[in-house]
Amino acid sequence: MWSYALKRAGATAITLVAASVIIFAFIHLIPGDPIYVRLGDTATPDQVEAVRHTLGLDQPILVQYFQWVGAVLHGDLGHSIFYDEPILSVIADHAETSVLLATITMIWVLLIGVPVGMIAATRHGSWLDQGLSGLAMLMASVPTFWVGLYMILIFAAWLGWLPSSGFPSLFDRGGIANLRYLLLPSLTLAAPNAALILRLTRASMLDVSREDHVRTARAKGIRPWRVVTHHIFRNALLAVVSAFGFTFAALISEAVVTETVFALPGIGRLVVQSILQRDYPVIQGVVLVIVVLYLVVNFLVDVSYRFLDPRVELQ
Amino acid sequence: MLSVSNLTVSIGPQARPVDIVSDVSFSIAPGEILGLVGESGCGKSMTSLAVMGLLPHPGPRIRSGRVEIDGADVTGLEPWQRVEAGRARMAMIFQEPMTSLNPVRRIGDQIAEAVRVYERLHAAATRERARELLELVRIPDADLQLSAYPHQLSGGMRQRVMIAMALASRPQLLIADEPTTALDVTVQYQILGLLRELSARLSMATLFITHDMGVVAQLADRVAVMYAGCIVETASASALFRHPAHPYTRALMDCMPVRGIRGQSLRTIPGQAPQPGTILVGCAFAPRCPNAREICRTTAPPRLDVGISHEALCVFPVTGEAAA
Amino acid sequence: MTDVANHSDRRPGLIRLWIGPLLARPVALLGVAILLVVVLFAVAAPLIAPYDPSAYDALIRLSPPNPQHWFGTDQFGRDTLSRVIYSARMALLVGVGVVVFALVTGVPVGVFSALFPRLGQLLMRAIDVLMAFPSLLLALGLIVILGPSVANSIIAIGAGFLTTTARIVYGLALRLKMETYVEAARSMGSRTGWLVLKHVLPNLISPLLVQASFVFAFAQLGAASLDFLGVGAPPNIPSWGNMLAEARNFITRAPWLLFFPGMMIVLTAFALNLVGDALRDRLDPRLRSAFGAER
Repeated sequence: MWSYALKRAGATAITLVAASVIIFAFIHLIPGDPIYVRLGDTATPDQVEAVRHTLGLDQPILVQYFQWVGAVLHGDLGHSIFYDEPILSVIADHAETSVLLATITMIWVLLIGVPVGMIAATRHGSWLDQGLSGLAMLMASVPTFWVGLYMILIFAAWLGWLPSSGFPSLFDRGGIANLRYLLLPSLTLAAPNAALILRLTRASMLDVSREDHVRTARAKGIRPWRVVTHHIFRNALLAVVSAFGFTFAALISEAVVTETVFALPGIGRLVVQSILQRDYPVIQGVVLVIVVLYLVVNFLVDVSYRFLDPRVELQ
Repeated sequence: MLSVSNLTVSIGPQARPVDIVSDVSFSIAPGEILGLVGESGCGKSMTSLAVMGLLPHPGPRIRSGRVEIDGADVTGLEPWQRVEAGRARMAMIFQEPMTSLNPVRRIGDQIAEAVRVYERLHAAATRERARELLELVRIPDADLQLSAYPHQLSGGMRQRVMIAMALASRPQLLIADEPTTALDVTVQYQILGLLRELSARLSMATLFITHDMGVVAQLADRVAVMYAGCIVETASASALFRHPAHPYTRALMDCMPVRGIRGQSLRTIPGQAPQPGTILVGCAFAPRCPNAREICRTTAPPRLDVGISHEALCVFPVTGEAAA
Repeated sequence: MTDVANHSDRRPGLIRLWIGPLLARPVALLGVAILLVVVLFAVAAPLIAPYDPSAYDALIRLSPPNPQHWFGTDQFGRDTLSRVIYSARMALLVGVGVVVFALVTGVPVGVFSALFPRLGQLLMRAIDVLMAFPSLLLALGLIVILGPSVANSIIAIGAGFLTTTARIVYGLALRLKMETYVEAARSMGSRTGWLVLKHVLPNLISPLLVQASFVFAFAQLGAASLDFLGVGAPPNIPSWGNMLAEARNFITRAPWLLFFPGMMIVLTAFALNLVGDALRDRLDPRLRSAFGAER
């Protein structure tokens, strides 16, 4: 079990290194002198020369890469043009919102997607099942930002129940009650993902219910509900868990748009703003952090999968 | 003690059902092993599932007939319903030991689960009972195997585990659907021996389904031959092998290669069995029967007594000794 | 049930293979109908649209749906219905573009990775690296490097699907490689290229059709997101995403501007999902598992 974890960690590390090369190359692929890309269009020639030397941009590319990696490992992700602050602290400022949003969303997704998928599977073929499956497919076809805008229209503008934008920190005045700012965004973000998890749970349970060992369980005289929970669901869970990593990635992507719609001060919105403001070092830093996070999540999912399914071995 | 009377299983719409098992009747006494033989598609598995109450929903259903175990009518009841009703203890083992066990749960847990259906014991007692069951089926290192996962065991061991789980209920009836087909010949021999021993020791009625005449010869006390959804001959094993009365049974015996004679060309039965569900007029075997006459194609054959407890579904049952 | 072995010998059957499953499920027919409407919009826009999509009239700005303007007008007085119809062109263009890109890049990568194991390991690792980037971020990154334009958004979105397509094709090709008839052909001395053409590719057509449907569907959502963020199609070109971006400022005053373009995106993506599902359910079960419950 641990050797498996070690092997997966090794594979993840290699992928991370390769990804870091791409992220590093990003700045250099943007059209224009990388110095201006880094300093912004308003830099003076003197500043440019000074920076060129300090940043070691007169060095060969390979050396620059290792310098960058070295700096990153020390926590120095560079300097934001727009905020005029170290990028790491900019990211940290925006992290709270995104972490909370992601967590709450995942809770909705699992709380809604899994049980409803289970119900649809156990009532396979009925109107309920067909209706739920159709609804799930519909939800997966809807653009997140459209749902978001409608949420704002209905719940914020017309009904006035909930705020439509922004998010004061939990540490500010209001405390936990400030979470209500995240209610609409998290529901918006949860909708398509819950639909996906619903369909996955349902399909997985249907597949498992056709397997021979379920017939054996029935033959043993076990009551139908226990067959569903202990044999079908337990085995179907594998497929759902392995989709976790993928769901997380989808969540990050869609969070970018959702945070923009609801004007949440999160990392997703930071990315979009940085693109529009040409704050390229920030984009680079954020993408690096996100990729690391994503790879770690995938790694954890892989290892836990091994824990859940004793048959798994590294291919 | 099992008694199956006029069991008919059909598929298709209610208005126009298609029979895949027609009017099947047989009985098994405690300690007796009945071999149900026939080629693929003849309906033997469907019969066993119907007897057990495991017909898949939606799909085939029991259209008529009765299944009684020790006098209790359990027709159409699913296994859990039978347990609830407190009637009839029965168990079933299947063909593919690879896939018939839950791959993500330990053997011990799966056996314990079977035990708990019938007895509410605390954890240690249940585990002890599971170990006893493993020993009953001759699995070495029972304690170790309780914590093992199915994929860590060989095919033969897995089948023994299946049998152990089946015995958890102290069943009056054991149904075995081709349990050795997927195993090596040497392992097959051991499992068959185990089944014979258990059947006698526990006074269990056993319904053993197979397409292999050789297995039937080794194991069964009595034999029922199935063709196209009907039982065409029932007899004791010795009687069946010595004077098979139905032309189909005869043909099957003739197909078996004779030991010791080189260069025999293998015989086959010309033609093909009718597809499950084709509407038949007259005898189902008539198109392939060497003795068929006009009447065979027009009238359904009667069930005739051809000996002591020996019946054949034929207008002109064959008399005389078998060829080999 | 479709027979995997040797579709190359049953050409007429292929047509029935595609149309049959669609006809079998009435819901899928609905999907096809919707798609035909969208295609009609795109192709015949100048004939169908009541007004010029860029014609503005300050006097009638932000009017709700009425007999002259069935879908109302926007902040410049442009007719929403006409803009919705013309936007179908962008939708189709991006959809087809992304599908073509994903297939043209993903299929060769997948097939060659399966046929040449050592090269395959390397390529699949590279795909893994690409997949470490969440799709929208990847798209945004590519847009930053390439610059915002329609063609670049096709490439940007397509890059995300190239990875899944390559993976799926790789899995399918591996499975096909192990089919006995391929081994038989190989043992008879067939050269690799011939094997690919005669045996592998024909059997990939059905699964690729399924994949194409889903890619098309998700490409709509991706393109809409990029347009909405302002980094996709330029604002002067009508697209449903652009219309929604503009509608954002007026959602309380003119909710119809939000409704119609969004509805079109939903209907198109939904229709494609329906069709893809119907096609997938008719695939050989061995190939079906490559698709999971979605995507």
